[in-house]
Amino acid sequence: MNDDDVAVRIEGLHKSFERLEVLRGIDLTVAEHEVICLIGASGSGKSTLLRCVNLIEPVDAGRIVVHGEEITARGVDVNRIRRSIGIVFQAFNLFPHMTVLRNITLAPIEALGLPKREAEERALELLERFGLADKKDDFPDRLSGGQQQRVAIVRALAMQPDIMLLDEVTSALDPELVAEVLNVIRELAQAGMTMLIATHEMGFARDIAKRICFLDAGVILEEGPPEQIFSAPHEARTQRFLQSIIEAGRM
Amino acid sequence: MASGGGGAPELYQYQPGDPRLPGGRSTSRIVGSLRAEGAKGVAIAVVSTVVVFTVIVLVVVNSPNWPAVKEAFFNGEIFRDTFPEIARKFIKNIRYFLIAEVFILAWALVLAVMRSLPGPVFFPIRIMSIVYTDLFRGIPTILVVYLLAFGVPSLDLPGVPKDPAFWGVVALILSYSAYVAEVYRAGIESVHPSQAAAARSLGLSRWKSLRFVVIPQAVRRVIPPLLNDFVGLQKDTALIAFVVAIPEAFKMGQIEQNTLFNFTPLLAVAVMFLIVTIPLTRLVDWLVARQRRRQMAGGAL
Repeated sequence: MNDDDVAVRIEGLHKSFERLEVLRGIDLTVAEHEVICLIGASGSGKSTLLRCVNLIEPVDAGRIVVHGEEITARGVDVNRIRRSIGIVFQAFNLFPHMTVLRNITLAPIEALGLPKREAEERALELLERFGLADKKDDFPDRLSGGQQQRVAIVRALAMQPDIMLLDEVTSALDPELVAEVLNVIRELAQAGMTMLIATHEMGFARDIAKRICFLDAGVILEEGPPEQIFSAPHEARTQRFLQSIIEAGRM
Repeated sequence: MASGGGGAPELYQYQPGDPRLPGGRSTSRIVGSLRAEGAKGVAIAVVSTVVVFTVIVLVVVNSPNWPAVKEAFFNGEIFRDTFPEIARKFIKNIRYFLIAEVFILAWALVLAVMRSLPGPVFFPIRIMSIVYTDLFRGIPTILVVYLLAFGVPSLDLPGVPKDPAFWGVVALILSYSAYVAEVYRAGIESVHPSQAAAARSLGLSRWKSLRFVVIPQAVRRVIPPLLNDFVGLQKDTALIAFVVAIPEAFKMGQIEQNTLFNFTPLLAVAVMFLIVTIPLTRLVDWLVARQRRRQMAGGAL
Protein backbone atom coordinates (compact mmCIF):
# COMPACT_ATOMS: atom_id res chain seq x y z
CA MET A 1 0.00 0.00 0.00
CA ASN A 2 1.24 3.46 -0.91
CA ASP A 3 1.92 5.57 2.17
CA ASP A 4 -0.41 8.31 0.92
CA ASP A 5 -3.30 5.87 0.95
CA VAL A 6 -2.76 4.86 4.57
CA ALA A 7 -5.07 6.47 7.13
CA VAL A 8 -3.94 4.54 10.20
CA ARG A 9 -1.00 2.22 10.75
CA ILE A 10 -0.86 0.31 14.01
CA GLU A 11 2.34 -1.56 14.83
CA GLY A 12 3.02 -3.97 17.68
CA LEU A 13 0.45 -2.43 19.99
CA HIS A 14 0.49 -3.68 23.59
CA LYS A 15 -1.79 -2.57 26.40
CA SER A 16 -2.26 -3.94 29.91
CA PHE A 17 -4.57 -3.02 32.75
CA GLU A 18 -2.75 -3.90 35.95
CA ARG A 19 -1.59 -7.46 35.27
CA LEU A 20 -4.22 -8.17 32.62
CA GLU A 21 -2.76 -8.03 29.12
CA VAL A 22 -5.61 -6.83 26.90
CA LEU A 23 -3.73 -6.13 23.67
CA ARG A 24 -0.79 -8.40 22.89
CA GLY A 25 0.75 -7.09 19.71
CA ILE A 26 -1.78 -5.64 17.28
CA ASP A 27 -0.67 -4.87 13.72
CA LEU A 28 -3.24 -3.26 11.46
CA THR A 29 -3.19 -0.91 8.52
CA VAL A 30 -6.32 1.00 7.54
CA ALA A 31 -6.48 2.54 4.06
CA GLU A 32 -8.15 5.87 3.31
CA HIS A 33 -11.92 5.43 2.95
CA GLU A 34 -11.68 1.86 4.16
CA VAL A 35 -14.26 0.40 6.53
CA ILE A 36 -12.96 -2.29 8.86
CA CYS A 37 -15.11 -4.22 11.29
CA LEU A 38 -13.58 -5.69 14.42
CA ILE A 39 -15.37 -8.78 15.65
CA GLY A 40 -14.66 -11.07 18.56
CA ALA A 41 -15.94 -12.07 21.96
CA SER A 42 -16.31 -9.59 24.80
CA GLY A 43 -12.91 -8.98 26.37
CA SER A 44 -11.03 -9.78 23.16
CA GLY A 45 -9.69 -6.21 23.06
CA LYS A 46 -11.86 -4.50 20.43
CA SER A 47 -12.90 -1.57 22.60
CA THR A 48 -9.45 -1.12 24.07
CA LEU A 49 -7.97 -1.00 20.56
CA LEU A 50 -10.36 1.80 19.56
CA ARG A 51 -9.73 3.69 22.80
CA CYS A 52 -5.98 3.47 22.18
CA VAL A 53 -6.37 4.93 18.68
CA ASN A 54 -8.28 7.88 20.19
CA LEU A 55 -5.58 8.15 22.89
CA ILE A 56 -8.14 7.77 25.67
CA GLU A 57 -5.95 4.91 26.83
CA PRO A 58 -2.18 5.39 26.74
CA VAL A 59 -0.39 2.49 25.02
CA ASP A 60 2.31 0.43 26.74
CA ALA A 61 4.30 -0.50 23.65
CA GLY A 62 4.08 -0.18 19.89
CA ARG A 63 3.07 2.78 17.78
CA ILE A 64 0.08 4.26 16.03
CA VAL A 65 0.65 6.42 12.96
CA VAL A 66 -2.20 8.52 11.59
CA HIS A 67 -1.69 10.19 8.22
CA GLY A 68 2.07 9.91 8.59
CA GLU A 69 2.25 11.32 12.13
CA GLU A 70 3.10 9.08 15.05
CA ILE A 71 0.38 9.97 17.55
CA THR A 72 1.79 7.73 20.27
CA ALA A 73 5.09 9.66 20.31
CA ARG A 74 6.07 11.61 23.40
CA GLY A 75 5.07 15.26 23.54
CA VAL A 76 2.29 14.99 20.95
CA ASP A 77 -0.65 17.33 21.62
CA VAL A 78 -3.35 14.76 22.33
CA ASN A 79 -6.15 17.32 22.06
CA ARG A 80 -5.13 18.18 18.50
CA ILE A 81 -4.99 14.49 17.52
CA ARG A 82 -8.39 13.72 19.04
CA ARG A 83 -10.03 16.55 17.10
CA SER A 84 -9.44 14.67 13.86
CA ILE A 85 -10.41 11.24 15.20
CA GLY A 86 -14.06 10.85 16.16
CA ILE A 87 -15.21 8.15 18.55
CA VAL A 88 -18.73 7.05 19.43
CA PHE A 89 -19.38 4.95 22.52
CA GLN A 90 -21.76 2.13 23.32
CA ALA A 91 -23.40 4.21 26.08
CA PHE A 92 -23.80 7.40 23.93
CA ASN A 93 -22.26 9.58 26.67
CA LEU A 94 -24.18 12.67 25.61
CA PHE A 95 -23.93 15.58 28.05
CA PRO A 96 -27.26 15.43 29.93
CA HIS A 97 -27.23 19.08 31.02
CA MET A 98 -27.01 20.44 27.48
CA THR A 99 -29.48 20.56 24.61
CA VAL A 100 -28.81 18.47 21.53
CA LEU A 101 -27.53 21.52 19.68
CA ARG A 102 -25.18 22.51 22.50
CA ASN A 103 -23.91 18.92 22.76
CA ILE A 104 -22.91 19.15 19.12
CA THR A 105 -21.50 22.68 19.06
CA LEU A 106 -19.51 22.55 22.32
CA ALA A 107 -16.35 20.99 20.93
CA PRO A 108 -16.32 22.86 17.58
CA ILE A 109 -16.60 26.15 19.50
CA GLU A 110 -14.31 25.35 22.44
CA ALA A 111 -11.76 23.04 20.83
CA LEU A 112 -11.69 24.27 17.21
CA GLY A 113 -12.43 27.91 18.03
CA LEU A 114 -15.26 28.09 15.51
CA PRO A 115 -17.60 31.10 15.83
CA LYS A 116 -20.89 30.11 17.46
CA ARG A 117 -22.96 30.83 14.36
CA GLU A 118 -20.79 28.76 12.09
CA ALA A 119 -20.77 25.87 14.56
CA GLU A 120 -24.56 25.99 14.80
CA GLU A 121 -24.98 26.07 11.04
CA ARG A 122 -22.74 23.07 10.73
CA ALA A 123 -24.64 21.24 13.48
CA LEU A 124 -28.05 22.02 11.99
CA GLU A 125 -26.90 20.79 8.60
CA LEU A 126 -25.83 17.48 10.11
CA LEU A 127 -29.01 17.16 12.19
CA GLU A 128 -31.05 17.79 9.04
CA ARG A 129 -29.10 15.16 7.15
CA PHE A 130 -29.80 12.52 9.80
CA GLY A 131 -33.44 13.50 10.40
CA LEU A 132 -32.92 15.04 13.84
CA ALA A 133 -33.48 18.72 13.09
CA ASP A 134 -36.64 18.92 15.21
CA LYS A 135 -34.72 17.61 18.25
CA LYS A 136 -32.14 20.36 18.39
CA ASP A 137 -33.58 22.06 21.49
CA ASP A 138 -34.39 18.86 23.38
CA PHE A 139 -32.32 17.51 26.23
CA PRO A 140 -30.86 14.02 25.71
CA ASP A 141 -33.17 12.32 28.23
CA ARG A 142 -36.15 13.26 26.05
CA LEU A 143 -34.79 11.20 23.16
CA SER A 144 -34.99 7.49 22.42
CA GLY A 145 -31.79 5.45 22.58
CA GLY A 146 -31.55 5.37 18.81
CA GLN A 147 -31.95 9.13 18.57
CA GLN A 148 -29.38 9.65 21.33
CA GLN A 149 -26.88 7.49 19.53
CA ARG A 150 -27.49 9.32 16.25
CA VAL A 151 -26.90 12.61 18.07
CA ALA A 152 -23.66 11.17 19.47
CA ILE A 153 -22.57 10.31 15.93
CA VAL A 154 -23.48 13.81 14.74
CA ARG A 155 -21.53 15.26 17.68
CA ALA A 156 -18.42 13.38 16.54
CA LEU A 157 -19.00 14.33 12.88
CA ALA A 158 -19.31 18.02 13.73
CA MET A 159 -15.57 18.02 14.39
CA GLN A 160 -15.14 16.96 10.73
CA PRO A 161 -12.88 14.06 11.65
CA ASP A 162 -10.80 12.13 9.10
CA ILE A 163 -11.46 8.87 10.89
CA MET A 164 -14.42 7.57 12.88
CA LEU A 165 -14.15 4.90 15.57
CA LEU A 166 -17.42 3.21 16.51
CA ASP A 167 -17.39 1.16 19.69
CA GLU A 168 -20.34 -1.25 19.70
CA VAL A 169 -22.66 1.65 19.06
CA THR A 170 -25.81 -0.51 18.81
CA SER A 171 -25.16 -2.84 21.75
CA ALA A 172 -27.10 -0.73 24.25
CA LEU A 173 -30.10 -0.25 21.97
CA ASP A 174 -33.46 -2.00 21.90
CA PRO A 175 -33.61 -4.22 18.78
CA GLU A 176 -36.12 -2.02 16.95
CA LEU A 177 -33.80 0.98 17.28
CA VAL A 178 -30.70 -0.68 15.86
CA ALA A 179 -31.59 -0.16 12.19
CA GLU A 180 -31.80 3.64 12.33
CA VAL A 181 -28.28 3.82 13.73
CA LEU A 182 -26.87 1.29 11.28
CA ASN A 183 -28.38 3.29 8.40
CA VAL A 184 -26.48 6.35 9.54
CA ILE A 185 -23.24 4.36 9.55
CA ARG A 186 -24.00 2.98 6.08
CA GLU A 187 -24.45 6.49 4.80
CA LEU A 188 -21.11 7.49 6.29
CA ALA A 189 -19.44 4.54 4.61
CA GLN A 190 -20.95 5.49 1.25
CA ALA A 191 -19.69 9.04 1.73
CA GLY A 192 -16.17 7.60 2.03
CA MET A 193 -15.54 7.96 5.76
CA THR A 194 -12.63 5.89 7.05
CA MET A 195 -14.04 3.79 9.86
CA LEU A 196 -12.96 1.26 12.43
CA ILE A 197 -16.07 -0.42 13.80
CA ALA A 198 -16.25 -2.80 16.74
CA THR A 199 -19.55 -4.64 16.43
CA HIS A 200 -21.60 -7.68 17.30
CA GLU A 201 -23.92 -7.14 14.31
CA MET A 202 -22.49 -9.77 11.95
CA GLY A 203 -24.96 -9.19 9.12
CA PHE A 204 -24.15 -5.51 9.19
CA ALA A 205 -20.41 -6.21 9.29
CA ARG A 206 -20.66 -8.50 6.29
CA ASP A 207 -22.57 -5.78 4.42
CA ILE A 208 -20.49 -2.78 5.14
CA ALA A 209 -16.91 -3.85 5.81
CA LYS A 210 -14.22 -4.18 3.22
CA ARG A 211 -12.24 -6.19 5.72
CA ILE A 212 -13.11 -8.10 8.88
CA CYS A 213 -10.63 -8.56 11.73
CA PHE A 214 -11.32 -11.30 14.22
CA LEU A 215 -9.77 -10.43 17.59
CA ASP A 216 -9.05 -13.14 20.09
CA ALA A 217 -7.20 -12.71 23.39
CA GLY A 218 -5.61 -9.43 22.38
CA VAL A 219 -4.35 -10.31 18.91
CA ILE A 220 -5.86 -10.17 15.42
CA LEU A 221 -6.14 -13.88 14.91
CA GLU A 222 -7.55 -13.70 11.41
CA GLU A 223 -8.40 -11.01 8.91
CA GLY A 224 -9.80 -10.94 5.41
CA PRO A 225 -12.73 -9.91 3.23
CA PRO A 226 -16.14 -10.63 4.76
CA GLU A 227 -16.99 -13.38 2.26
CA GLN A 228 -13.94 -15.35 3.32
CA ILE A 229 -14.18 -14.75 7.08
CA PHE A 230 -17.89 -15.52 7.31
CA SER A 231 -18.00 -18.49 4.89
CA ALA A 232 -14.57 -20.07 5.12
CA PRO A 233 -12.65 -18.99 8.22
CA HIS A 234 -9.20 -20.59 8.49
CA GLU A 235 -8.79 -20.54 12.25
CA ALA A 236 -10.55 -22.97 14.54
CA ARG A 237 -11.28 -20.22 17.06
CA THR A 238 -12.90 -18.02 14.40
CA GLN A 239 -15.06 -20.97 13.37
CA ARG A 240 -16.08 -21.57 16.97
CA PHE A 241 -16.90 -17.90 17.53
CA LEU A 242 -19.03 -17.68 14.38
CA GLN A 243 -20.71 -20.97 15.27
CA SER A 244 -21.73 -19.59 18.66
CA ILE A 245 -23.06 -16.45 17.01
CA ILE A 246 -25.18 -18.54 14.66
CA GLU A 247 -26.45 -20.66 17.52
CA ALA A 248 -27.46 -17.48 19.37
CA GLY A 249 -29.52 -16.58 16.32
CA ARG A 250 -27.59 -13.38 15.72
CA MET A 251 -26.58 -14.00 12.14
CA MET B 1 -32.51 2.42 29.20
CA ALA B 2 -29.66 4.60 30.38
CA SER B 3 -30.72 8.20 30.60
CA GLY B 4 -28.96 11.25 29.24
CA GLY B 5 -25.26 10.77 29.49
CA GLY B 6 -25.30 7.01 29.44
CA GLY B 7 -23.30 5.11 31.95
CA ALA B 8 -24.85 5.02 35.38
CA PRO B 9 -25.83 8.56 36.45
CA GLU B 10 -25.17 8.16 40.13
CA LEU B 11 -26.59 11.20 41.83
CA TYR B 12 -25.28 12.61 45.05
CA GLN B 13 -27.12 10.63 47.68
CA TYR B 14 -28.02 11.76 51.15
CA GLN B 15 -27.47 9.28 53.90
CA PRO B 16 -30.00 9.44 56.73
CA GLY B 17 -27.20 9.49 59.30
CA ASP B 18 -25.30 12.36 57.66
CA PRO B 19 -25.23 15.08 60.34
CA ARG B 20 -24.76 17.79 57.71
CA LEU B 21 -28.11 17.17 56.12
CA PRO B 22 -31.58 18.41 57.00
CA GLY B 23 -32.71 16.11 59.75
CA GLY B 24 -36.35 15.40 59.23
CA ARG B 25 -38.50 14.46 56.34
CA SER B 26 -39.80 17.28 54.21
CA THR B 27 -43.13 18.86 55.10
CA SER B 28 -44.71 17.56 51.94
CA ARG B 29 -43.84 14.02 52.93
CA ILE B 30 -45.26 14.44 56.41
CA VAL B 31 -48.48 15.84 55.02
CA GLY B 32 -48.41 13.23 52.27
CA SER B 33 -48.20 10.34 54.72
CA LEU B 34 -51.20 11.81 56.57
CA ARG B 35 -53.17 12.12 53.38
CA ALA B 36 -52.55 8.47 52.64
CA GLU B 37 -54.14 7.48 55.95
CA GLY B 38 -57.24 9.59 55.29
CA ALA B 39 -59.46 11.65 57.58
CA LYS B 40 -59.00 9.31 60.50
CA GLY B 41 -55.23 9.76 60.32
CA VAL B 42 -55.57 13.55 60.31
CA ALA B 43 -57.86 13.46 63.34
CA ILE B 44 -55.45 11.28 65.31
CA ALA B 45 -52.55 13.56 64.38
CA VAL B 46 -54.40 16.69 65.52
CA VAL B 47 -55.49 15.18 68.83
CA SER B 48 -52.06 13.76 69.67
CA THR B 49 -50.35 17.04 68.76
CA VAL B 50 -52.71 19.05 70.97
CA VAL B 51 -52.28 16.63 73.87
CA VAL B 52 -48.47 16.56 73.66
CA PHE B 53 -48.07 20.32 73.48
CA THR B 54 -50.65 20.97 76.20
CA VAL B 55 -48.79 18.65 78.53
CA ILE B 56 -45.44 20.32 77.77
CA VAL B 57 -46.88 23.81 78.35
CA LEU B 58 -48.59 22.76 81.58
CA VAL B 59 -45.41 21.20 82.95
CA VAL B 60 -43.33 24.30 82.15
CA VAL B 61 -45.90 26.81 83.39
CA ASN B 62 -46.44 24.93 86.64
CA SER B 63 -42.75 24.55 87.40
CA PRO B 64 -41.85 26.13 90.79
CA ASN B 65 -39.83 28.99 89.39
CA TRP B 66 -41.90 29.77 86.28
CA PRO B 67 -42.87 33.36 87.19
CA ALA B 68 -39.21 34.39 87.54
CA VAL B 69 -38.20 32.60 84.31
CA LYS B 70 -41.11 34.13 82.48
CA GLU B 71 -40.04 37.57 83.61
CA ALA B 72 -36.38 36.97 82.64
CA PHE B 73 -36.89 35.35 79.23
CA PHE B 74 -40.38 36.11 77.96
CA ASN B 75 -40.95 39.72 78.89
CA GLY B 76 -43.30 41.00 76.19
CA GLU B 77 -42.59 44.65 76.85
CA ILE B 78 -38.81 44.23 76.59
CA PHE B 79 -39.26 42.13 73.48
CA ARG B 80 -41.27 44.92 71.83
CA ASP B 81 -38.75 47.56 72.87
CA THR B 82 -35.59 45.73 71.80
CA PHE B 83 -36.68 43.83 68.71
CA PRO B 84 -36.62 46.75 66.23
CA GLU B 85 -33.03 47.69 67.08
CA ILE B 86 -31.92 44.05 66.92
CA ALA B 87 -33.64 43.66 63.58
CA ARG B 88 -31.77 46.73 62.31
CA LYS B 89 -28.45 45.27 63.47
CA PHE B 90 -29.37 42.00 61.83
CA ILE B 91 -28.80 43.69 58.47
CA LYS B 92 -25.11 43.46 59.35
CA ASN B 93 -25.42 39.68 59.80
CA ILE B 94 -27.06 39.39 56.43
CA ARG B 95 -24.32 41.46 54.87
CA TYR B 96 -21.57 39.30 56.49
CA PHE B 97 -23.42 36.23 55.26
CA LEU B 98 -23.78 37.40 51.65
CA ILE B 99 -20.18 38.59 51.33
CA ALA B 100 -18.80 35.40 52.90
CA GLU B 101 -21.02 33.16 50.76
CA VAL B 102 -19.79 34.58 47.45
CA PHE B 103 -16.15 34.00 48.39
CA ILE B 104 -16.86 30.58 49.90
CA LEU B 105 -18.55 29.33 46.72
CA ALA B 106 -15.59 30.41 44.60
CA TRP B 107 -12.73 29.42 46.92
CA ALA B 108 -14.26 26.05 47.79
CA LEU B 109 -14.59 25.22 44.10
CA VAL B 110 -10.90 26.00 43.63
CA LEU B 111 -10.07 23.69 46.56
CA ALA B 112 -12.28 20.90 45.18
CA VAL B 113 -10.75 21.15 41.71
CA MET B 114 -7.25 21.16 43.23
CA ARG B 115 -8.06 17.98 45.07
CA SER B 116 -9.47 16.22 42.00
CA LEU B 117 -6.45 16.86 39.75
CA PRO B 118 -5.11 13.50 38.60
CA GLY B 119 -1.61 12.13 38.23
CA PRO B 120 1.63 12.28 40.22
CA VAL B 121 2.55 15.78 38.98
CA PHE B 122 -0.30 17.31 40.93
CA PHE B 123 0.43 15.37 44.12
CA PRO B 124 1.65 18.46 46.03
CA ILE B 125 -1.45 20.43 45.04
CA ARG B 126 -3.72 17.60 46.16
CA ILE B 127 -1.83 17.41 49.46
CA MET B 128 -2.21 21.15 49.99
CA SER B 129 -5.95 20.94 49.45
CA ILE B 130 -6.28 17.95 51.78
CA VAL B 131 -4.24 19.61 54.54
CA TYR B 132 -6.33 22.76 54.19
CA THR B 133 -9.67 21.00 54.53
CA ASP B 134 -8.43 18.82 57.41
CA LEU B 135 -7.15 21.87 59.22
CA PHE B 136 -10.16 24.13 58.87
CA ARG B 137 -12.71 21.40 59.40
CA GLY B 138 -10.86 20.33 62.52
CA ILE B 139 -10.63 23.72 64.26
CA PRO B 140 -13.78 25.15 65.87
CA THR B 141 -14.96 28.11 63.81
CA ILE B 142 -15.04 30.38 66.85
CA LEU B 143 -11.30 29.76 67.36
CA VAL B 144 -10.52 30.72 63.78
CA VAL B 145 -12.59 33.89 64.24
CA TYR B 146 -10.69 34.76 67.43
CA LEU B 147 -7.24 33.97 66.07
CA LEU B 148 -7.70 36.00 62.88
CA ALA B 149 -9.67 38.92 64.31
CA PHE B 150 -7.27 39.50 67.20
CA GLY B 151 -4.10 38.05 65.68
CA VAL B 152 -3.82 39.67 62.28
CA PRO B 153 -4.56 43.30 63.28
CA SER B 154 -1.98 43.09 66.07
CA LEU B 155 0.71 42.22 63.51
CA ASP B 156 0.42 45.86 62.53
CA LEU B 157 1.18 45.16 58.90
CA PRO B 158 0.95 48.23 56.68
CA GLY B 159 -1.98 48.16 54.25
CA VAL B 160 -3.69 45.26 56.02
CA PRO B 161 -7.20 46.00 57.36
CA LYS B 162 -7.47 46.20 61.14
CA ASP B 163 -11.25 45.89 61.38
CA PRO B 164 -12.01 42.75 63.45
CA ALA B 165 -15.29 42.31 61.58
CA PHE B 166 -13.33 42.06 58.33
CA TRP B 167 -11.15 39.30 59.78
CA GLY B 168 -14.19 37.62 61.31
CA VAL B 169 -15.73 37.34 57.85
CA VAL B 170 -12.40 36.07 56.47
CA ALA B 171 -12.39 33.41 59.20
CA LEU B 172 -15.90 32.30 58.22
CA ILE B 173 -14.81 32.11 54.58
CA LEU B 174 -11.73 30.01 55.41
CA SER B 175 -13.65 27.69 57.70
CA TYR B 176 -16.75 27.13 55.60
CA SER B 177 -14.77 26.73 52.37
CA ALA B 178 -13.34 23.53 53.81
CA TYR B 179 -16.84 22.07 54.23
CA VAL B 180 -18.18 23.34 50.94
CA ALA B 181 -15.11 22.02 49.11
CA GLU B 182 -15.97 18.54 50.34
CA VAL B 183 -19.54 18.97 49.07
CA TYR B 184 -18.25 20.03 45.66
CA ARG B 185 -15.81 17.15 45.61
CA ALA B 186 -18.57 14.64 46.26
CA GLY B 187 -20.44 16.21 43.35
CA ILE B 188 -17.45 16.05 41.02
CA GLU B 189 -16.82 12.42 41.91
CA SER B 190 -20.48 11.56 41.30
CA VAL B 191 -20.21 12.55 37.62
CA HIS B 192 -19.48 9.33 35.74
CA PRO B 193 -15.94 9.19 34.27
CA SER B 194 -17.43 8.40 30.85
CA GLN B 195 -18.63 12.02 30.72
CA ALA B 196 -15.09 13.35 31.02
CA ALA B 197 -13.90 10.69 28.56
CA ALA B 198 -16.51 11.79 26.02
CA ALA B 199 -15.45 15.43 26.40
CA ARG B 200 -11.75 14.60 26.09
CA SER B 201 -12.39 12.36 23.08
CA LEU B 202 -13.80 15.40 21.25
CA GLY B 203 -10.49 17.17 21.72
CA LEU B 204 -11.48 19.36 24.64
CA SER B 205 -8.65 20.06 27.06
CA ARG B 206 -8.73 18.71 30.61
CA TRP B 207 -9.67 22.15 31.94
CA LYS B 208 -12.42 22.72 29.38
CA SER B 209 -13.99 19.32 29.93
CA LEU B 210 -14.00 20.06 33.65
CA ARG B 211 -15.47 23.51 33.10
CA PHE B 212 -18.17 22.70 30.56
CA VAL B 213 -19.04 19.08 31.28
CA VAL B 214 -18.08 17.92 34.77
CA ILE B 215 -18.49 20.97 37.04
CA PRO B 216 -21.93 22.08 35.75
CA GLN B 217 -23.31 18.60 36.38
CA ALA B 218 -21.56 18.36 39.76
CA VAL B 219 -22.85 21.72 41.00
CA ARG B 220 -26.43 20.90 40.00
CA ARG B 221 -26.31 17.75 42.07
CA VAL B 222 -24.99 19.41 45.22
CA ILE B 223 -27.24 22.47 45.38
CA PRO B 224 -29.33 21.08 48.29
CA PRO B 225 -26.32 20.30 50.55
CA LEU B 226 -24.79 23.64 49.56
CA LEU B 227 -27.92 25.45 50.72
CA ASN B 228 -27.71 23.47 53.92
CA ASP B 229 -24.28 24.96 54.51
CA PHE B 230 -25.77 28.39 53.79
CA VAL B 231 -28.11 27.90 56.74
CA GLY B 232 -25.17 27.02 59.00
CA LEU B 233 -23.19 30.01 57.78
CA GLN B 234 -26.11 32.37 58.36
CA LYS B 235 -26.25 31.26 61.99
CA ASP B 236 -22.49 31.43 62.46
CA THR B 237 -22.34 35.11 61.52
CA ALA B 238 -23.28 35.52 65.21
CA LEU B 239 -19.72 34.39 66.08
CA ILE B 240 -18.47 37.74 64.85
CA ALA B 241 -20.22 39.24 67.89
CA PHE B 242 -17.33 37.97 70.02
CA VAL B 243 -14.67 40.07 68.32
CA VAL B 244 -16.33 43.34 67.28
CA ALA B 245 -17.02 46.60 69.05
CA ILE B 246 -19.76 47.77 66.70
CA PRO B 247 -22.64 45.37 67.36
CA GLU B 248 -24.44 43.08 64.96
CA ALA B 249 -27.66 41.36 66.10
CA PHE B 250 -26.25 38.97 68.72
CA LYS B 251 -23.89 41.54 70.21
CA MET B 252 -26.80 44.00 70.34
CA GLY B 253 -28.85 41.40 72.20
CA GLN B 254 -26.04 40.91 74.71
CA ILE B 255 -25.74 44.66 75.27
CA GLU B 256 -29.47 44.97 75.89
CA GLN B 257 -29.35 41.94 78.17
CA ASN B 258 -26.61 43.50 80.25
CA THR B 259 -28.30 46.89 80.55
CA LEU B 260 -31.79 45.54 81.27
CA PHE B 261 -30.71 42.53 83.38
CA ASN B 262 -33.11 40.46 81.24
CA PHE B 263 -32.63 37.66 78.72
CA THR B 264 -35.58 38.55 76.50
CA PRO B 265 -33.43 40.48 73.97
CA LEU B 266 -31.55 37.23 73.25
CA LEU B 267 -34.90 35.61 72.49
CA ALA B 268 -35.52 38.44 70.07
CA VAL B 269 -32.17 37.61 68.39
CA ALA B 270 -33.18 33.96 68.14
CA VAL B 271 -36.51 34.91 66.53
CA MET B 272 -34.66 37.12 64.04
CA PHE B 273 -32.41 34.24 63.00
CA LEU B 274 -35.36 31.87 62.69
CA ILE B 275 -37.15 34.29 60.37
CA VAL B 276 -34.30 33.79 57.90
CA THR B 277 -33.20 30.21 58.52
CA ILE B 278 -36.59 28.47 58.54
CA PRO B 279 -37.58 29.52 55.01
CA LEU B 280 -34.06 28.55 53.85
CA THR B 281 -34.40 25.13 55.47
CA ARG B 282 -37.82 24.57 53.87
CA LEU B 283 -36.29 25.50 50.51
CA VAL B 284 -33.58 22.86 51.04
CA ASP B 285 -36.21 20.23 51.91
CA TRP B 286 -38.20 21.11 48.83
CA LEU B 287 -35.12 20.88 46.58
CA VAL B 288 -34.08 17.55 48.08
CA ALA B 289 -37.58 16.15 47.56
CA ARG B 290 -37.67 17.42 43.99
CA GLN B 291 -34.30 15.87 43.23
CA ARG B 292 -35.42 12.55 44.70
CA ARG B 293 -38.57 12.62 42.58
CA ARG B 294 -36.57 13.32 39.43
CA GLN B 295 -34.12 10.59 40.25
CA MET B 296 -36.93 8.10 40.68
CA ALA B 297 -38.58 9.23 37.47
CA GLY B 298 -35.24 8.77 35.71
CA GLY B 299 -34.81 5.29 37.13
CA ALA B 300 -38.24 4.20 35.97
CA LEU B 301 -37.57 5.07 32.34
